Amino acid sequence: MAEFQPKIVAFVCNWCTYAGADLTGTSRIKYAPEVRMIRLPCTGRIDFMLLIQAFGQGADGVIVSGCHPGDCHYTAGNFHARRRWIVFRRLLDFLGIDLRRVHFAWVSAAEGAKWAELVNDVADQIRKLGPYQAFPKRLERRSESVGAG
Amino acid sequence: MPRIGVFVCHCGENIAGTVDCAEVARAMGELPGVVHSVDYKYMCSDPGQNLIRQAIQEKRLTGVVVAACSPRMHEPTFRRTCAESGLNPFLCEMANLREHCSWVHERTPLTTQKAIDLVRVIVEKVKRNRPLHPINVPVTKTALVVGGGIAGIQASLDIANAGHKVILVERDPSIGGHMAQLSETFPTLDCSQCILTPRMVEVAQHPNITLYTYSELEKLEGFIGNFKATIRKKARGIDEKLCTGCGLCTQKCPTKKIPSEFNAGLGYRAAIYVPFPQAVPNKPVIDRAHCTYYKTGRCKLCERVCPTKALRYDQEDELIQVEVGAVVAATGYDVKGCDFFPEYGYGKYKDVITGLQFERLASASGPTLGVIKRPSDGRTPETVVFIACAGSRDPAKGIHYCSKICCMYTAKHAMLYRHKVHDGRAYVFYMDIRAGGKMYEEFVRRAIEEDRVNYVRGRVSRIYERDGKLIVKGVDTLLNSRPIEIPADMVVLATAMVAHKDAEELAQKMKVSYDPDHFLAEAHPKLRPVEMNTAGIFVAGACQAPKDIPETVAQASGAASKVIGLFSKDELSREPVVAVVNRTGPPLYSTCVGCFLCESACPYQAIEREEIRTRDGKLIKTVARVNQGVCQGCGTCVALCRSKAIDLQGFTNEQIYAELVAL
Repeated sequence: MAEFQPKIVAFVCNWCTYAGADLTGTSRIKYAPEVRMIRLPCTGRIDFMLLIQAFGQGADGVIVSGCHPGDCHYTAGNFHARRRWIVFRRLLDFLGIDLRRVHFAWVSAAEGAKWAELVNDVADQIRKLGPYQAFPKRLERRSESVGAG
Repeated sequence: MPRIGVFVCHCGENIAGTVDCAEVARAMGELPGVVHSVDYKYMCSDPGQNLIRQAIQEKRLTGVVVAACSPRMHEPTFRRTCAESGLNPFLCEMANLREHCSWVHERTPLTTQKAIDLVRVIVEKVKRNRPLHPINVPVTKTALVVGGGIAGIQASLDIANAGHKVILVERDPSIGGHMAQLSETFPTLDCSQCILTPRMVEVAQHPNITLYTYSELEKLEGFIGNFKATIRKKARGIDEKLCTGCGLCTQKCPTKKIPSEFNAGLGYRAAIYVPFPQAVPNKPVIDRAHCTYYKTGRCKLCERVCPTKALRYDQEDELIQVEVGAVVAATGYDVKGCDFFPEYGYGKYKDVITGLQFERLASASGPTLGVIKRPSDGRTPETVVFIACAGSRDPAKGIHYCSKICCMYTAKHAMLYRHKVHDGRAYVFYMDIRAGGKMYEEFVRRAIEEDRVNYVRGRVSRIYERDGKLIVKGVDTLLNSRPIEIPADMVVLATAMVAHKDAEELAQKMKVSYDPDHFLAEAHPKLRPVEMNTAGIFVAGACQAPKDIPETVAQASGAASKVIGLFSKDELSREPVVAVVNRTGPPLYSTCVGCFLCESACPYQAIEREEIRTRDGKLIKTVARVNQGVCQGCGTCVALCRSKAIDLQGFTNEQIYAELVAL
């Protein structure tokens, strides 16, 4: 049986975390390859239903990361994201979704090392938790049909 | 039917070393909707870009995906290539295979798999991209400068000399600010007013500058290129067209014992007064809070003596509306009061004064005409102690930062004192000497070596009175922390530079950000020092952070150049990554229900209310509309919208869901 490769979706803000991840790349710091980043202008753009959609599409873990509070490129978007997150966490908990699979972080454009550390930590944790069976997989995992596997 | 072209870049060995690019290109070619999929060594090079150009034309591509480095690197490059070939640039996106894939993983099949996933995600996004066009916003070529100190004056002159109209608003009865209060400026010891007043006069006489003194900014609405400002012109009590500035009213006014703000409380002025002789405009103003007529209804002496009958006691504040394209905030600083230093006896002992008060003593137009005299008894002080860092760099007193100018002006004060009182003794208690500017270090050396000012490194713990002298108890840390006691005749405290009391209110009126110390926040501390996060509003001078005059003038000219750049075009072109509220036909008109959650959430106030009416004017519903000139494209409103009526062009809900599915 192939080793479990977790699928981790990261919703990142263009100005801080995406740039931070770029810095991780520029610094050649290696991290776990399982994460897939979705670029958004701001964490404020994230409708948290997207996270549910991510799980529905087979994600085993989700990361949401943006600018530090007070440093949002659009001044207040991350405050909205943070408020939504606080409410959404309780909703997720109420629905019985494993909160250990969802992570919320602030990674700035200068924190390349922190991004790598975050991804590695999350990947480790998800690997230990195993694949997420709670959502019925609506579509076959595309990755199994295309490319080297 | 989408016809997407995928171009996978090797980036030399940067990507190809870890990712199997040919495999990625092959895999992408199998996706539905992809009609062209190749890989190449260097996509950003000319031959690489030509590949894109040819493919767009030959294969009639409807979208382009370049799988290469970070979009933050080359997105503009490839978008330009597409634009040149006739494809709308917003139909081109990049997949980051370098910073997010090849540079952070090892050469394994997993890495190539990830690369394939990443490109597929972007292909699905691009299939749903719509062509977008830059938004044009008209620009009003008038600037509003708030604050008439040296920063505001410099900015106004620069903008006006470039041929644009300027409206300068100053709260005090005269322009000039704190620089007009200084006696001499470091490091040249130029007479401050001598270098300032010619500029003040130039401002008053400039055909492009409209000067509103004794006026405040009441309201600021609108957005970049299209601001509407309301100015409150406070009532001076005189008809400015008739007043000649003869000064008779001021001479004859019976209420003469009001502490003069200009003289930092050391001198007096009348109830009808001109702040200082070189004031621009040189017209008096009635201080209604202290004038006998306004308090009791009797007097009116000024009216009787005025030769041109210029007095207007019932004049009221006037509200003036102006349309401007850019705003420069140059409101300056305030000096922190010393009442929080009870150990220094400020307020208790009349001879313990602030740096600004010492400036007025030294100034030839000051209350003592430039002779250094003790405020208590008018005698010449023989020993003066200057205390640096009185308030700054002191978290216990609430001010963490360094006020930057005090080391220099303390040295200057000590030198001025020694020049005026030849056998006087000057001591400076300091923590560090910060003299970083041009000729600054030499200036301080001059004070120590030529003018023989005694610099003692240590702080002062207490000042108390004994036998008519002020005993200053301090410590000399360079001599093994030996305690020192100096019997002084006068003590000058180098007080902290703080933001104005109402800086917060002004910032909120202009909807700009400010920091915990109420200094206005620039857009980026290193690279964007004169802009603010609110587009179209620029900042100059000490209102942004403590700074000295050369830096203020430089920053003011910098802000002016940004304004001139803004005005250099008739229209402002903006990136179309903005939010849009959907509109359909009747009877719905829009899925927006008019809850306006988006309006309160938008950090830029970019959402407006639009009324949808029938042909006879009956109101059907009020919906939200995005002002595309202001919207910065953050998407906060999109996530908030309950009816999903608003979407962000370039990052639509449809696109993001498609990306997730593709994963």
